[in-house]
Amino acid sequence: MGSIVALSGMLDARQVWRGRAVPVPAGEQPTGWAALDASLPAGGWPAAALSEILLPMDGVGELRLLLPTMARLSRGKRSVVVVAPPYAPCVAGWQQHGVDMRRVDIVAAPEAEVLWATEQCLRSGSCAAVLAWPRQADDRALRRLQVAADTGKALAFAFRDRRHLSSASPAALRLEIETAPRAQVWVRKCRGGAVPAQPFALPRAWH
Amino acid sequence: MLWACVLLPHLALDGILRRRVSDEPLVLVGGAVNARSIVAVNASARDAGLRVGQRLTAAHALLARFDTLPYDPQAADRWQRFLAAVAYRYSSEVSLLPHAIVLEVSRSLGLFGPWLRFESMLRADFTALGFRHRIAVAPTPHAAYVLAGIEDGRAVLAQDGLRDALRDVPMRKSRLPAVAVDALSGMGIRTLGPLLGLPRDGLRRRFGAGLLQAIDRLLGELPAGLDSYRPPDVFDLRIELTHEVENIAALVFPLRRMTGDLAAYLAGRDGGVQRFVLRLEHREGRATAVKVGLLSPERDAGMLFELARGRLEQVQLPEPVLGLRLVARDLPNFVPAGRDLFDERPANALPIEQLRERLRARLGDRTVYRLGSTTDPRPERAQAVAEHGGANYEEPRPRPTWLLDRPIPLRGPAPRILAGPERLETGWWDGAEACRDYYVIETSLGQHAWAFCQPGEQSGWMLQGWFA
Repeated sequence: MGSIVALSGMLDARQVWRGRAVPVPAGEQPTGWAALDASLPAGGWPAAALSEILLPMDGVGELRLLLPTMARLSRGKRSVVVVAPPYAPCVAGWQQHGVDMRRVDIVAAPEAEVLWATEQCLRSGSCAAVLAWPRQADDRALRRLQVAADTGKALAFAFRDRRHLSSASPAALRLEIETAPRAQVWVRKCRGGAVPAQPFALPRAWH
Repeated sequence: MLWACVLLPHLALDGILRRRVSDEPLVLVGGAVNARSIVAVNASARDAGLRVGQRLTAAHALLARFDTLPYDPQAADRWQRFLAAVAYRYSSEVSLLPHAIVLEVSRSLGLFGPWLRFESMLRADFTALGFRHRIAVAPTPHAAYVLAGIEDGRAVLAQDGLRDALRDVPMRKSRLPAVAVDALSGMGIRTLGPLLGLPRDGLRRRFGAGLLQAIDRLLGELPAGLDSYRPPDVFDLRIELTHEVENIAALVFPLRRMTGDLAAYLAGRDGGVQRFVLRLEHREGRATAVKVGLLSPERDAGMLFELARGRLEQVQLPEPVLGLRLVARDLPNFVPAGRDLFDERPANALPIEQLRERLRARLGDRTVYRLGSTTDPRPERAQAVAEHGGANYEEPRPRPTWLLDRPIPLRGPAPRILAGPERLETGWWDGAEACRDYYVIETSLGQHAWAFCQPGEQSGWMLQGWFA
């Protein structure tokens, strides 16, 4: 068998051609946060794909991150579905952020049915965004959601505990929310580009 | 006036075949108990040599095994009425003739397009329902009825052509009074042409006024004299299963037919269904009722089937099922969902209403909802389930994005106050008095919370929501 050849040497000798990543269509689903948009390769949420948001606990700004997107979609008469939220969405609070609550459907699915309900919503093609809080989701379950999001051309958001950061995920985008030392969002994985080195500071204004 | 006639020569048999899965030979038998004869045969029985009119004993000699069902004239009648309700979709003037439905179509053509397109729509409907048919159109209902019996697809669209079209109709297919037909054939008059040429006086003297009246109706010189059909206000369809069914899976096929029939009936009525009951009939009159409720009126066959199936699959059968009955009494108006021309959703998208129904069918009625605000300032009453959005009150003071179902004590070190207090004092009139000072606070873990304490105190925090 041949000896081991250094890849860099072959690249230098132009024996191996390095393909470029497929350009990602930009700016179709802005997050509403200019600084975050600028650091993401798609210029916003990856369209028709799963985004995973990892939290240390509930109530650390995870909705704040998504409210501009939900406001934009619901004002555009598109449906947003919230599957198995940990608490009741507060109508007054969501409306203050511009969300049209008539377009927001809440699905109180039991724990065993969360993934099924999420997949149905994503696959239907009638929801612009689906927010889900799956408690028991493994790599295969998330892959199903990713495929369903692609089929139904919807934005999928899965909120999970931060301890899942170490396990692999098929999500196109993984964000981690950190509260200490200050509220900030780390991009842990993004398809189609390099992971930004700097976190995005999450504004925590309460109104 | 232009009348279409849909002739249904095999009503009773088609009514049974359409819900039969197997293709085994089948005959319908009628007549007295000691002289039973075949009334209808299906294709595989005909291939085996069985014929209509044969004695049952002769049939048994020809073929060892075939299924036998009694011919039920009432069932044929029910199917005819059901199909009339389906045809009602195309015309407001529908009448019943023996083994046929006639409908006035001159005004319908303006809506549905020229006759050829209209005819293909009618055919598609009847074929989808599983009924064999022959269709003809003529300026009078009786002429259409006669022509449908002669040739499938015959179209006489103008009054001028009617006499010519009828000229070659054999007497025995003319559907004139039987006595006259026999006598006239004996006189050498074998088609309608020579009959129409005979002097009317002579005919009246020979056969009475009945024959002349029938001829005049055929040609449109007398009004047709038909009762017009009115579709019933309640959909009630019952089918008897050929054997006892013990598992739900075997009920799915008949269920698909039944929901399909319901959808066809609703289309004919231009209505929708909001609630219906599926009764699984057991022995000795016992029944299990499966109720299917919808959020808004619907009439799509696939959707009704899927929802009914979802509910049916959750049922535990206590005993074998002998029959299925679908009753729909609540038939409100149906407003189809509009779709924007510039809709961004994928072309094959399921409407959001159907998605909600699908989720409800599996998860339960109260699990899919929308929230709206009320005018009550107390957080636990400030919002309620609202199908079409409640009072749209914009709260100017800070409100969280997550709300706890009921306040819980906040544990841990003393929080940092970010904003407040906001005094809330209300509800003294309804027994749920609230007197609280609300603050926006930051917990030691960095969460922003909405919490309250007793007026004037800044301890004993009760957590009400999160600014997530």
